[in-house]
Amino acid sequence: MKPFRFERPENAEGAVATLTASGAEHARYLGGGTNLVDLMRLGVETPDLLVDVARLGHDAVRETDGGGLRVGAAVRNSDLARDPLLRTRYPMVSQALLSGASPQLRNLATIGGNLLQRTRCAYFTDTSLDCNKRDPGSGCGALDGEHRNHAILGHSAACIATHPSDLAVALTAVGAEVLVEGAAGERHIPMPGLHRLPGDAPERDTVLDPGDLIVAIQLPPLEAARRSSYRKVRDRASFSFAVVSVAAALQCDEDGTIRDVRIALGGVAHAPWRAERAEEELRGGPATAERFAAAAAAELDQARPLEQNAFKVPLARNLIVTVLADLAGVAA
Amino acid sequence: MTPVSAATIDGLRRIEGRDKVTGAARYAYEQQIEGVATAVAVTSTIAKGRIHGFDAGETLAHPRVLEVLTYENAPRVAEDADSEPELAVLQTSAVAYHGQVVALVIAETLEAAREGARLLAVEYREQTPDVELSDSHPGLYKPDKVNAGFPTDEGTGDPDRALEKADLVVDAVYSTPNDHNQPMEPHATVATWSDDGHLTLYDSTQGAPMAANSVSKILGVDSGRVRIISHHVGGGFGSKGTPRPNVILAALAAQALGRPVKLALTRQQLFTMVGYRTPTIQRVRLGANADGTLTALVHEAFEQSSTIKEFAEQTTTCSRVMYASPNRRTAHRLVRLDVPTPSWKRAPGEAPGMFALESAIDELAVAAGMDPIALRIANEPDVEPETGRRFSSRNLVACLREGARQFGWDERDPTPGVRREGRFLVGSGVAASTYPARRQPSSATARANDDGTYLVRIGAADIGTGARTALTRIAATALDVDPSRVVVEIGDSALPFAMLAGGSMGTASWGSAVVKACRALVEQGGGEVEVDTKEEVAADADLAKHGFGAQFAQVRVDIDSGETRVDRMLGVFAVGKVIEPRLARSQLIGGMVMGLGMALMEEAILDPRTGATVNHDFAGYHVPVNADVTDVEATWIEEEDAELNPMGSKGIGEIGITGAPAAIANAVFHATGRRVRDLPIRLDRLL
Amino acid sequence: MALHHREAAPVTQVEIDLTINGENHQLVVDTRISLLDLLRERLGLTGAKKGCDHGQCGACTVLLDGRRANACLALAVAHDGSEVTTIEGLATGDQLHPLQEAFIEHDAFQCGYCTPGQICSAAGFIDELDEAVDGPLSDDLIRERMSGNICRCGAYPNIVSAIREVASARSGAAERVGGAA
Ligand SMILES: Cc1cc2nc3c(=O)[nH]c(=O)nc-3n(C[C@H](O)[C@H](O)[C@H](O)COP(=O)(O)OP(=O)(O)OC[C@H]3O[C@@H](n4cnc5c(N)ncnc54)[C@H](O)[C@@H]3O)c2cc1C
Ligand code: SF4
Ligand code: FES
Ligand code: FES
Repeated sequence: MKPFRFERPENAEGAVATLTASGAEHARYLGGGTNLVDLMRLGVETPDLLVDVARLGHDAVRETDGGGLRVGAAVRNSDLARDPLLRTRYPMVSQALLSGASPQLRNLATIGGNLLQRTRCAYFTDTSLDCNKRDPGSGCGALDGEHRNHAILGHSAACIATHPSDLAVALTAVGAEVLVEGAAGERHIPMPGLHRLPGDAPERDTVLDPGDLIVAIQLPPLEAARRSSYRKVRDRASFSFAVVSVAAALQCDEDGTIRDVRIALGGVAHAPWRAERAEEELRGGPATAERFAAAAAAELDQARPLEQNAFKVPLARNLIVTVLADLAGVAA
Repeated sequence: MTPVSAATIDGLRRIEGRDKVTGAARYAYEQQIEGVATAVAVTSTIAKGRIHGFDAGETLAHPRVLEVLTYENAPRVAEDADSEPELAVLQTSAVAYHGQVVALVIAETLEAAREGARLLAVEYREQTPDVELSDSHPGLYKPDKVNAGFPTDEGTGDPDRALEKADLVVDAVYSTPNDHNQPMEPHATVATWSDDGHLTLYDSTQGAPMAANSVSKILGVDSGRVRIISHHVGGGFGSKGTPRPNVILAALAAQALGRPVKLALTRQQLFTMVGYRTPTIQRVRLGANADGTLTALVHEAFEQSSTIKEFAEQTTTCSRVMYASPNRRTAHRLVRLDVPTPSWKRAPGEAPGMFALESAIDELAVAAGMDPIALRIANEPDVEPETGRRFSSRNLVACLREGARQFGWDERDPTPGVRREGRFLVGSGVAASTYPARRQPSSATARANDDGTYLVRIGAADIGTGARTALTRIAATALDVDPSRVVVEIGDSALPFAMLAGGSMGTASWGSAVVKACRALVEQGGGEVEVDTKEEVAADADLAKHGFGAQFAQVRVDIDSGETRVDRMLGVFAVGKVIEPRLARSQLIGGMVMGLGMALMEEAILDPRTGATVNHDFAGYHVPVNADVTDVEATWIEEEDAELNPMGSKGIGEIGITGAPAAIANAVFHATGRRVRDLPIRLDRLL
Repeated sequence: MALHHREAAPVTQVEIDLTINGENHQLVVDTRISLLDLLRERLGLTGAKKGCDHGQCGACTVLLDGRRANACLALAVAHDGSEVTTIEGLATGDQLHPLQEAFIEHDAFQCGYCTPGQICSAAGFIDELDEAVDGPLSDDLIRERMSGNICRCGAYPNIVSAIREVASARSGAAERVGGAA
């Protein structure tokens, strides 16, 4: 690990100032470190300054006007997952958190760090292999190599990686906003919208600029989210990243007409994938298994699977249908 | 089945248990040695070619880095080290696989050594590697013999003709992936040279005395001058059966620096430097009469080794033991690729071989419309098929019957793909297990102390098997005293020479020596005795000696996702006399759990172009976690076998993994109607 | 403070304060050192194990300010001022922690290398248990919440029964206390 300086500013402004003014070639904020330290030990990240942002006081979960939640960026994943308001208002978010990593990692991991964790593409994490994300222009090793667990949607010739966060998928379904403090002041970034598709600049995971600090996540009031769930498919029963996951929320009128529906997919793209086409198909019509299937198919029509991951298309389709059917209380 | 709790089973608690639960037990790397420097290994980033040069400038400039060793400056090993190419480290510029050690960085601290390793620039002249095994590879050849000295090919009768004439034929190709031991404790060594040229190694090894011999040969040091101490070993599963590069690297570094050096391999390095199980491609052909009796059995395996060392797994030897068939052929073909050198992993041969054979038997049962247990019983041999030798004991049938009873097999409807429970398809399967029961000469001393206690010393190893505890029991029984009066010392090459913990021979080999020593001590009426068992072992009756077992699995397969989970597993074994039931159960369950991993998730993947092991960590290479293991139980039938050793015991370390993958794959077929012939049974193979 | 050994990349050393198993330590550390390496390499506390150094196995699990955490991914400098309990600090004198007793009784380990992490993790698990969030104690819950600790020896069934025994004794005790209140 490359030697680095360590700073612990008092507040958000101080953190942004320390990082931007440091003149450090590579400076990084440090949350729980569960992704950053991992990557530093692999030589993938080589910062010469770490700015600790776990103790800036961004550690509260607060109710907002109208029944939403504001979650400080330094709240630990395990604490947010257990929050009683989150659990009743946004069960899929709690479920997503509890499906991620392990209990001891969740005790360290922060919400801000979780959203900004980097891909688990093995070519990215092994510095001896080619990777456009780590080393722009070196080529995408996964494209002609192992890519069973790579993207089926929104990928480019430059990068086929997926975003690994479970939380981000649920927040994308919720339509959360990310509150960012940057050199130019505060900004609100909607989800989806934080994470980018790779295009020809896969080195950029998100729309954030260097120095941007996540201070909080805002979850808008969302009636539909009270009836929501997160389903994660993986290669073993626990402690494993998603192969494909679905976060979905469903709100129906008395007569069974869908008033609101939110669907997001994980494990399929460089960003959590909001299934807008499927949502559009469904809104305003009855909640039936046939319509769920048609909506899922419409969404996945856009899929461009790779040689080794065609199975993700039916997998994602099946998951959308069963998760919605479970929420609607109909047989899939 | 009601869950059994080990707490209710009689027997000794592990003797080192308290040390292990309090953190007092020190493993190799954890020895506190004054002035020790820390080393980090650097591995190749090409799979084939030569090192063109190093630039160690930045490494050496890094604060607290002490030295960089490469083939250019490392101390030379002995000439005849060529026989152990994996241990002749830092001796040549040639690179044989991705992840081979090319340099060692030694520093005052781990942080500095690791950064020094990162900064080391290595330039290569790269050639295109060949890393893919196939059953039509032009480089396939017939090795002279396979692991453990078994013949490469053998057979009887005319299986091809018999297949032509058979009423029923199964002809299927199975594959198992490159799978890894991955003990929890990474391989590690602390090396210290004394001024007068004695080398002391704290090493994580399955057999200190044998390892000390190999190390002395490689280094060209008199064997009396090498001592290996290994009190606690954090698992090995075969990968610590022979010394690994870490031992020699640490010794060379300590020699070069003139001070103690410690080295632990990283988890990633364990994927290339310490052996693994070769991937296999296996074609099995079974011919049978309409009533299910076998008329032909052909089992052929294709496997790989590295270019620098031949290791040929004995994948088809199980088919020489399991079933009677008048016509049989078993064979192995090997190809040398630009891949890491495979080696022993828990039940080499039987683990992959029994997956193919026991899957094929299940396929035959389906074809014959027979119950798979009845089919197995119908093909039970009177003598060992390959050799015609009598079995010292063989109780496969009893295991199948007892397992069927405990598992509730008789209620099973054999129709595949029809049991739906919500989102899941449910099914159950059975397979047989087998593993040889052997022993090797060992020596031991026993001493009667004045205070009424006894000291037994033997160069055995406890790698988690409970050997220390089992040997205490064996000694106490032979001395006819309470186990609390016996102290057993193991884990040191300075102790009487003994077999390593491998091939499920540990307890049988060591126990034989311990019993002999204790009996001699009793006869002598006190004092101290030293014995070895060379004569006894040489005089062992020439019989077929194997353990057997039956494994049952119940699985559920999610119809939306293809995810398979094992709801319950039961193993019933016939393994001679069980010495310590609590520990035996744990060992057998441990093997079954590893078999579950082999069935469902374990698979290392090599990048086809670079030969890099892509998923070289515990996030990429999945091993079972707690949530994967719902209800796994192991038990055994009483088996008397007086022709094995004084204890009447058979080894139990490996048999648990054999048959487990087939039982699960057969259950998946029963659940879904889909026959998965390629391990692991990933969800995409069922979607 | 930057220490220059040879003329090269500066290594930053900082002073930190840690309470480890009840004992206060003031230490000057390289910013790069993990809590795990601090314990193992500097303080001789080798109870916490290194199985992967990347958060993937749980062998390094310790209690950090009372909660289970992977010491391998925790930078020591980032936890300045914290309280750390390792396996060495769980017993009270000669009196083993109930989980340590239960692991021995249930034969919940073989090689023992994952064991300190399993026990610290189980202690954290039992402490975290909250029926409102987790539902009633069950073997499935134990399995899920202990899945961050890999045991390659496959001692899982015994690990679960050891933890079940201690956790149910605890929750039973808690109920009794609750009932009395
Ligand atoms: C073995 C393993 C398994 C895992 N499994 C899963 C899984 O199944 N699902 C899942 O979702 N995750 C999983 N994770 C990832 C884990 O959730 C993340 O590592 C964690 O959430 C990151 O949070 P952190 O606070 O530790 O981030 P850090 O490692 O501290 O930081 C991550 C990145 O975010 C930046 N950053 C941190 N905080 C801020 C901030 N406030 N503002 C701006 N930038 C910031 C850092 O500079 C860094 O680039 C796993 C991790 C491991 C090691
Ligand atoms: S998929 Fe993206 S992250 Fe992976 S190798 Fe290609 S460019 Fe790198
Ligand atoms: S060593 Fe920390 S999780 Fe493996
Ligand atoms: S006891 Fe060996 S890894 Fe758990």
